[in-house]
Amino acid sequence: MSALLADGTRTGRPRRRVVAHLGGGYAVRLDVRTWLVGAVLLAALAVVSVVTLSTGDYHVPPADVVRTLLGGGDPGDSFVVRTLRLPRLLTGLLVGAALGVGGGIFQSVSRNPLGSPDIIGFDTGAASGALVVILALHGSMAEIAAGSVIGGVGTAVLVYLLAMRKGVQGYRLILVGIGIAALLASVNSYLLTRASVTDAQSAAVWLTGSLNGRGWSQVRAVALAVAVLLPLAVPLGRLLRMLELGDDTARALGLAPERIRLSAIVVGVGLTATATACAGPIVFIALAAPQIARRLTKVPGPNVVPAALTGALLLVAADLAAQRVFDPKQLPVGIATGVLGGLYLAWLLGREWRRGRG
Amino acid sequence: MGRKTPTQRQPGDNRLHAAELTLAYEQRTIITDLDVSIPDHEFTVIVGANGCGKSTLLRGLARMLTPHRGAVYLDGQAIGSLPSKQVARQLGLLPQGPIAPDGITVADLVGRGRYPHQGLLRQWSQADEAAIDQAMAATGVQEYADRYLDELSGGQRQRVWVAMVLAQQTPIVLLDEPTTYLDIAHQIELLDLCAALRTEHDRTLVVVLHDLNHACRYATHLIVMREGRILAQGRPGEIVTAELIEAAFGLACRIITDPESGTPLVIPRVNKTPARGGAEPHAGAEALTPSER
Repeated sequence: MSALLADGTRTGRPRRRVVAHLGGGYAVRLDVRTWLVGAVLLAALAVVSVVTLSTGDYHVPPADVVRTLLGGGDPGDSFVVRTLRLPRLLTGLLVGAALGVGGGIFQSVSRNPLGSPDIIGFDTGAASGALVVILALHGSMAEIAAGSVIGGVGTAVLVYLLAMRKGVQGYRLILVGIGIAALLASVNSYLLTRASVTDAQSAAVWLTGSLNGRGWSQVRAVALAVAVLLPLAVPLGRLLRMLELGDDTARALGLAPERIRLSAIVVGVGLTATATACAGPIVFIALAAPQIARRLTKVPGPNVVPAALTGALLLVAADLAAQRVFDPKQLPVGIATGVLGGLYLAWLLGREWRRGRG
Repeated sequence: MGRKTPTQRQPGDNRLHAAELTLAYEQRTIITDLDVSIPDHEFTVIVGANGCGKSTLLRGLARMLTPHRGAVYLDGQAIGSLPSKQVARQLGLLPQGPIAPDGITVADLVGRGRYPHQGLLRQWSQADEAAIDQAMAATGVQEYADRYLDELSGGQRQRVWVAMVLAQQTPIVLLDEPTTYLDIAHQIELLDLCAALRTEHDRTLVVVLHDLNHACRYATHLIVMREGRILAQGRPGEIVTAELIEAAFGLACRIITDPESGTPLVIPRVNKTPARGGAEPHAGAEALTPSER
């Protein structure tokens, strides 16, 4: 972009963009800052990952961690790193990425930073589904996961249908979602009061959201879902960016807003459901990751890849803190993200309020 | 100017026309069985009282509304049956009160007008770059290219939106009340820009305006609407009469010639009945009331 500079008043710095020519007149324009942000996030992820794999009751020096990951190292290290710690780390990475992208999609669709799935009832609905399985059916882990998916997706469909009136508008989606969430929260409380103490205990653990004891089977399930949904989210992100101009402008530019919105909701629900089924309703990541990513890249829109990286980094870092800060006692990661999320939400509401939108 | 009078041409001659068009929101029908043809390469202005259906007609022409009956045709084909992206390369629309995402820069917003020319593989081209530079130059917003839209004044922002529509490089440009919220100098500036688009870039313009005198001065083809129907259309100098304005707006007025442009100038009559709180006019001052709504 030609960077003719303005008159020195508050001006954004010219964005540096590199146009990569692919031959035959085809080209993509790459935003330098976005790529830098991505690289820094990746580097931070690598550091946090190595620290996570290296620390704990049994210390493995970072160099040995890397050696182990590359297939070498001694068998003891290999067992601790690859069998005990790596699945939990990878689950955290994938769940965090899924939550970040899911949140970014919902926030873009609702055109509101509060429009994330943990606010508009998805998590509460997933919890209802899981609670029914835990308390009434005494199901296994896999059945609980299935219950949460059914609960979450059911809630999403309900909210969508109730909020729909010739298309979905942002504020209606959020208000209906908050209403449904409140309703389901009381259902959940009622279910818990009817449960035996041991059942209620295990339900409470699930409700906090945790990565404790996650193994390779979980990793494979999340990896599969993310591998399918993330590549769909990237082109959708480009379309959602256009939709943020308003339906009329988007339609005038040749887009089909309703169809795009519906596909975006399906992909967003898929990602969020996957994450919740695997790790319980972990709050805050879906809410904050896309917003943080957006502030880092300074690009409007769902910022799919930066949001995925930020979500992964937030969740893995929170899990590391939850494991190490109160050592030897390990907290569920949901508590760490919950504390951060509460503060962030208060700040966000205050900001929206001041801008007269709250 | 020296073209054929648009009203003498057949509807099918023009690229954009509507036949037996019926447009409605939910159950409320706004426009019934309307036939209209938008003359090519002319500056068409649609005027009418509030709620007469002028914005609805514009939205219908831009395929924002699905007709209940009839159709809008672009190059002889029903616009609803054409791929939307293909239409977007021929016809651009600036809707009323467009929404800007938070924290978007001017250059980014203008660049979004290039969407219809881009594809999954062809995301960026020299043509995009040139179109954006050209659009920003035509609207005089290059100097703000890297500023955030929300830092700009209303007039500057409106020019940026027009730049976005220009970057779309469509032969037909529709603007829905583009001068709303602008002060008089910025209104004139924007209308001059629209006029230049026709004379210098040969675009076809269709603009909804509130101000009758602006409409008379800038339109080369004026469409006057009332209650979902077209009362009159043609060159302002040929169709604008006191009777027409009275019929369309219920406003008693005189028509004089604009000394600056030679186009009709609508002068509302002074209301002789005791005004609601207004001062009693002086004798002989009847021709000198402000002409604004």
